[in-house]
Formats: sequence, structure tokens, C-alpha cells
Amino acid sequence: MLSPDILLAGTINGLLTGAIYVLVAVGLTLIYGVLHIINFAHGSLLMLAMYAAFFLWRSTGIDPYLALPLVAAGGFALGYVLYRCVIGRLSRGKDENILLVTLGLAIVIENAALFFFGGDTRTVEVSWAAETVEVGPAFLPLAKLVSFAAALALCAALGLYIARSDTGKAIRAVARERQGARLVGIDVEATFAISYGIGIACLGAAACLLIPSFYVAPTSGHAFVLVAFTIVVLGGMGSFLGALVGGFVVGVTESLGGLLLGESLGQIGIPLIFILILLLRPAGLFGSRA
Amino acid sequence: MLEVRGLHAGYGALEILRGVDLDVGAGEIVALLGSNGVGKTTLNNAICGILRPTAGRIAFAGEDITRASAMAIVASGLIQVPEGRRVFPDMSVRENLELGSYRRGRGRRSANLERVVAVFPRLAERFAQKAATLSGGEQQMLAIGRALMGEPRLLILDEPSLGLSPRLVEEMFALIGRLNRDGLAVLLVEQNVVESLAIARRAYVLENGVFAMQGDAVALAADPALRRAYLGM
Repeated sequence: MLSPDILLAGTINGLLTGAIYVLVAVGLTLIYGVLHIINFAHGSLLMLAMYAAFFLWRSTGIDPYLALPLVAAGGFALGYVLYRCVIGRLSRGKDENILLVTLGLAIVIENAALFFFGGDTRTVEVSWAAETVEVGPAFLPLAKLVSFAAALALCAALGLYIARSDTGKAIRAVARERQGARLVGIDVEATFAISYGIGIACLGAAACLLIPSFYVAPTSGHAFVLVAFTIVVLGGMGSFLGALVGGFVVGVTESLGGLLLGESLGQIGIPLIFILILLLRPAGLFGSRA
Repeated sequence: MLEVRGLHAGYGALEILRGVDLDVGAGEIVALLGSNGVGKTTLNNAICGILRPTAGRIAFAGEDITRASAMAIVASGLIQVPEGRRVFPDMSVRENLELGSYRRGRGRRSANLERVVAVFPRLAERFAQKAATLSGGEQQMLAIGRALMGEPRLLILDEPSLGLSPRLVEEMFALIGRLNRDGLAVLLVEQNVVESLAIARRAYVLENGVFAMQGDAVALAADPALRRAYLGM
């Protein structure tokens, strides 16, 4: 049996990783909540953002954590333009078309990345990435602590923005009542594009937080997007709080699963808790029955 | 104020409105009557920019709005309270009202909020509650309050009495009369023929996509053909 100290360290580690999952999942759940589609391009856009952070670092030496505002803003712009010029235009107002368009986008982006950047894995080396901080019984990588705090701060800021600002209210209005939103003069198409942009901005931020302790290759998005789907569904589709709690649940499950069952068998933890939660709460932790 | 000429509209190959002319003057209540499925809501949506007309012309306050976006139409002060209320269910009453001034009247939001609350004191008691938890009558008040937040020059009410108890229907019509006495022009789209003709100045009766009858509300109310068709007399 493992000592309590190791379990505690594993839990903390899971929470730290979970914060990044939260950021990826919040973007996915926001897009789902407003557009009512799963954004299949989520993983490949995350990968693209990681390349952006990588190339920014390699060409200018800028620390990925400092490049975060830039990459997030770039993500917003890319998402907004993608929605306006590709997704919205090709879908012609049908939700099921949006689904296929985002799937097509994922394939195109991934292969374009393979073509232009090659299949090698690339890493960013920042001097402080190897530093650790002692927290209770655990030695935690500084990079993960910083990314944890940053991810939570960003989620809080986004939550506040959506709760309080007029644009945030418009987003929530469009999510639940498109016709009503049109009749108070909300530009529904622009709101779709803004929501998609915010979702991709979250990926930009997540990419910058990930890259110092991870690597990027054209397939990097896969691992995260599958986890993000799991989080969004078990938290409750479209629920902000669900993505938050779900991200931590999955992060801790993954970390403890690895500790208790070993790296490869430990992967079973996530699907196991996923099935368990859906058995007890079919709409997810914070999902509302539609 | 509102001028509709030769309007045709429909969905795909299905033509619902087949040449409709309608006017609403400043300060008037005009009733648009007809049974289910004759095209009342289609006409409404065409006027509000939700549905593109296939032919004809719509003008509001002297401006051609036939091809204008729903946003531009709201911005010009033509505001619809839709059938089924369409309030934002998971947002608070306050947020619903605030969004009413999203496109128009944003600068006078707090003053208008006070005005709306004065008209509907019930909404003030429910300010923090989610709209979905309100009763049908309260949701209707909220939908009208939300529209008033946008400082309408012409208010289109689509079936405001639908699903309300007889007493609330009474109250609703009394309220519409009050709003109109304060100078607001109203296009009232209704199935409730008796009550509507009682408060309207003029009325149109829509049947199969064209107006079967129109004219002075008092004269229409006495019209034997209308009484036979809609009142069973």
C-alpha cells in the first residue's frame, strides 16, 4: 500500500494538471453551450496554439508564460475569423453541419501542421522549468504551480466576464433563447463568433501554460481533447461549473490511477469515473435536463 | 408609422402571406386577428426582420426596412414581444430586463428599469429569480417589460393573452390600453377577438394569407360576417 504522503502528493499533482484541463474544457463547454455543437477542431487548434507558443519562444526567446496574452488574443482572433469565414458560412444555420465543418477543420489543420512543421516532437526549454517548490510532503514543479494559478485566475476572469458584462449576458441569452435574443437586437451571428473566439482564446492560454512542461507535435491535441470531452460530459454539457469541477476530478483521477495501478493500467481511471458519474447523474454533475 | 405594402412571405416553396397591406399610425392600437395558422406570426416575423419577405415593401417611420436586419429594426424602435414570451430562462428577471436595452436605450437603462418596475411591481419582487421560475403571467409581464426597456416607438404584441387565466387576460388588455394612452403605438396580434376589438381603433382579419376584413374596430365588432365566423353568433 502507498503511504498517505505519496497519495497526497499525487492528489496535488492531479489538481495541478487538472487546472489546465479545466481551461481546455471551459472553452469546449462554452462553445457547446452557445452553438450546441461539439467543436471537433478543439484538439487541433490547441496543437496549433502550442506551435505558436513554441515558435514565438524559438524566434524571439519570449517565455511562453509571458507570451500568454499574445497567444490568447491570437486564438480569439483566429476563432472569430474561423467562425465568420468558414464555420458559420458553411453550416448555413444548421447545427449538424457545424459539427462536420469542425471535424473537417481538425483534419485539415492537423495535416497542414504535419506538412509544415514535420512530425518531430518539440519542446520549449525555460531555465526555471526544472525548479521545484516544496509544498507539504510534495515537491512540485514551479511551472505547474504557476500554470495552476494562472489557469484558475483566467477561469475566474472569464466566469466574471460572462456573468457581468453585456457581451457575456448576450452570450448567455443566445445560448438558451436565440429567437428572444434576436428580438432584443442581439447580433446572434456575431455572438456565435465571439463565443467561438473565446473558446479558442482559452486554448491559446492553455497552450502557453502547457508547453514548458510538455511537448508539441501535430498529434498533441488528441490526448487533451479526449480528456476535455470527458470533462465536459461528466461535468454537464455546457456547464461552466461542471467543466471546473470535472477538470479537477479527471486530473486527480488520472494522477491517482497512475500511482495505484501503474502508468498504463492507470489510464482506466478516467473512463471508470466517467461511467460511474453518468450512471448516477445521467446529465452530468451540473447538467440540467433539457 | 408602420406601412406594409403587397407583402408576400413564406417558408421555402410554401407561400404563407399572399399580398398584405397594413398600416399602423402613431399612437394607434391596431388589432391583427385570425385563427391559428393563417399567417399572423409569419407577418410578424417578416416585419421584425426575422424572416425575409419574398416580395413587397415594409416601411417604419419613413424608412424602408424590408431588407433590414432584426438588429437595425430593434434599433429603430420597432420592438416585438413574441408569442411564447421567449424570455431568457436561466437568467434573472433583472438580467432579462437589462438585455431589453441591449440595442436601444442603453444610456437610460436605470431610469427605464425604474419605469418598467413601476408598471409591473410584481417583477421587482422577483428581481433575483430566474425567469424560468416565474408563472406564465409573470413571464408575459417580463417579456413586455423587456420590450419596454428598449424604448419602443411601436410595440408588436404576439398573442399576449395566450395561456393566461381569464382574470390575467383582463389585466393584460387593461395594461395594453394604459401603455397606449401614454402614447405608445401597438400592433396587437390576437386570437381573442372580443377583447382585442374592444381596445383597438382599427383591425385586420387575416385568413389564408390575405386580409378578409379590415376597418374600424367598432364597425368590425358589429359585422355579421365576423360575428358568425369568429364569435359563433
